Parts: sequence; C-alpha cells; structure tokens
Amino acid sequence: MGYSLDFGWLAGAVGAIARGAATTILLIAVTTLAGTFLSILGAAGKRNGPKPLKLAIGIYVEVMRNTPFLVQLFFIFFGLPSLGIRLDPILAAMLAMTLNMAAYTIEIVGAGLDAVPRGQTEAALALGLRPRQVFIKIVLPQALKVIYPALTSQIVIMMLESAVVSQIAVRELTYEADMLQARTFRAFETYFVVTMVYLGLSMGLRRLLVSGGRRALGSGVS
Amino acid sequence: MIEFTFWDIVRNLLLAARWTVLLSLAAFIGGALVGLIVLFFRIAKNKWVKRIASGYIALFQGTPLLMQLFLMFFGLPMLGLRIDPWMAAVLGLTFFASAYLAEIWRSGVDALPRGQWDAGASLGLHYLQELRLIILPQAFAITRAPTVGFLVQLIKSTALTSIIGFEELVRTSNAINNATFEPFKVYGLVALIFFVMCFPLTQYARRLEKRAATH
Repeated sequence: MGYSLDFGWLAGAVGAIARGAATTILLIAVTTLAGTFLSILGAAGKRNGPKPLKLAIGIYVEVMRNTPFLVQLFFIFFGLPSLGIRLDPILAAMLAMTLNMAAYTIEIVGAGLDAVPRGQTEAALALGLRPRQVFIKIVLPQALKVIYPALTSQIVIMMLESAVVSQIAVRELTYEADMLQARTFRAFETYFVVTMVYLGLSMGLRRLLVSGGRRALGSGVS
Repeated sequence: MIEFTFWDIVRNLLLAARWTVLLSLAAFIGGALVGLIVLFFRIAKNKWVKRIASGYIALFQGTPLLMQLFLMFFGLPMLGLRIDPWMAAVLGLTFFASAYLAEIWRSGVDALPRGQWDAGASLGLHYLQELRLIILPQAFAITRAPTVGFLVQLIKSTALTSIIGFEELVRTSNAINNATFEPFKVYGLVALIFFVMCFPLTQYARRLEKRAATH
C-alpha cells in the first residue's frame, strides 16, 4: 500500500502531549471533587429535601442521563452566552463535566445512603448528635465505603469522556493530538500514541483511586 | 442570510435524527454480532484465548471513543480501504459496542451456577450445544436490563460521530446553529430529541431491573 508508519515526529511532541495530559488530569481532578460534592448534596436533597426539590433533582438526573455529553457541552458553551453568561472554554468544560458526572453519581451516592442501616442514624441521634453531624460523621462515611468501586468506575468513564471537550478548544490531550496531526500529517500515528496515553491514564487513575480509597476508607474497599 | 423559521429548524433536526437512529441500530446489531464472538473468546477454556478477549475489552473500555473513531477514520485508509464517515462511524461504534456487550453478557454467563454446565454435559451435549441451548439463553435473559441500558449509552455516543464528519443530529445542529445563531434553541431541541429517544429505553431498562430483582 506504500504507506509506512513514521514515529519520527514523536521526539518533538512529548512536551505538547505532556501538557495536554496535564490539562486532562486537571479537568478530571476538579470534576471528581466538585461532582462528588454536588452529588452528595443532590442525593441528600433527593432523600430528605422538600417535595419540589426532590422533583427538580429527579428531572435534572433524567435529563442529564438521557442526553449526550457533547450536546450538554455545546449547550453550556454556546447557549449560556445568549443568557449573558460567558464562560472560558476550560470553565465551561469543568462545569459541563461536573454537571454530567453528578447526574450519575447522585444515583450512586443515593444507593450508598440507602445501604446504611436505619439503626445507625437512630443510634447516633440517641447519642445526642445533631442531624447534620449524624449525616456527615456517621452515615456518609459508611455510604462512601459501599459505593467507592462504582464511584471509581464513573470517574474513569468521565476522564475518557473528557476527550470531547477538545471540541470547544480546551487545550487538553485530544486537542493537542488534533494540533499535532495537523502539523505532522501523521494522523494515525498521532492518534495511536495519544490513545495509548489515555489507556495509561485510565489504568493509572483506577489504580490510584483504588489504593487511595483503601488508605482513606480503610480495608474492605476494592 | 437564509431565514430559518422554528419549524424549519425542527424539520431539519428530525430529518437528521433518522441518521442517528439508523447509526444506533447498525452499531447495536454489529456490536452484538462482534460482541458474541468476543464473548466466545472471553469464556473459552484456553487461557490465552481468554486473555486476548480480556485485552480487547480492556482496550476499548480504557480509551476514549473519540480516539477509537479517529483511529478508524485515519487508520483504515492506510490498509487501502476507502472509507467515508458513515463507514468509520459504524465500524468504530461496532467495536466499541462489542467490547461492552461482551463484558455485560460475560457477567451473565458467570452468574449461572456451575450445575447448568454439568447438567448440559451429562445430557451428552457438546460445548457449542451447551452454550446455544442452555447457557446463552439464560445469560441473555438475566442481562437484559444492562443490555438495554447500554443501548441508551450507544445512542448518546453516536453524537461523537459528528466530529469525524458524519451528518447526524449533532452535526446538522452545528450547521443550523452557525446559520441562525440561536444555540439555546437549537441545542435545546437536539437535547430534547435525544431525550425522547433515550428516556423510554431508560425506563424500560429500569422496569426490567425491577422485575429481575423481585424474581
């Protein structure tokens, strides 16, 4: 076929790939923290909040879960400015990723909260803890332990999905790959290398989360 | 500038949605066929065959779908195949779906008690007959909910094929948005169309799950 693979460009591209990977890591780190926090609020609100709040959270979850992330991203990045809210690409990406992830993790955290026996809450209340203390100190840690594996998977999925934010010109890994292949005309080789970088990132991220979870939440977390 | 009325926008989006539906179906069918082969490998008795299938699944579940589509789109022409966005989209989503479906069904096969295999063997069935008559029907039955759930994910994933130039719903909406400068309305409608396609399936999957839980 007269085509031979050429990886000669790689030496000069390591910096760009590393920068892109660093931005991808930043995106997923922010999303993980903000998304988990938001989903704890959401799951708690869906269980104990007033009825309109419960309904609103339910609708939010269904809308986010049944529409593509790419459309949500475009809606936030292109749509919000027409309401007078103008966001940086990277902020829009973080917002879209956080909102998307929260829709999935609200359900996950909720399942965890349901898994904590009711007696735990009653015992804590009987000991004189305030309801907020009961939630933060007694129920939440046990719930997080139960759902940690599912949360880990969702974080990895979100990291892979973040490739899409290159479409609004966030300079992350896929964006750098697009730039590189435009410069080198080695599209297949470029995307192949970057795909392998993603594979390494997702395996590394999973390992990091599992070992970090063991340390923070104690044994029994897989 | 061309004037677009609201109904022009809706009509064009609905016409483009046909391609989204068609692509979803093609990818689901293709993914099921390839996924079945991957499943056979994954549950084979030979250790190396098993490993190959595990590696295949890990590769597709550990890399972004967008990258897989790019590799299809730019890689296949190197093998001398002429490829258009439709072909790249179908093939990319097929391989993507096959990895997920194989893993879902594998969990179903693993969930069956060992006795099912033993009973099949004691009836004198050979391996393929056991699979076809006993194991797979049960494995499919207990994994129906996650399979439908994955179909929803696949429908949403077709949005990414707009990036490699396939004219489906999202790509059409980008073009309309560029002409009308009404992103709020256009992307809102696109989200609505996706929602109408996905929500009934999500509900169906949920119902299947509930029914499975009560058994």
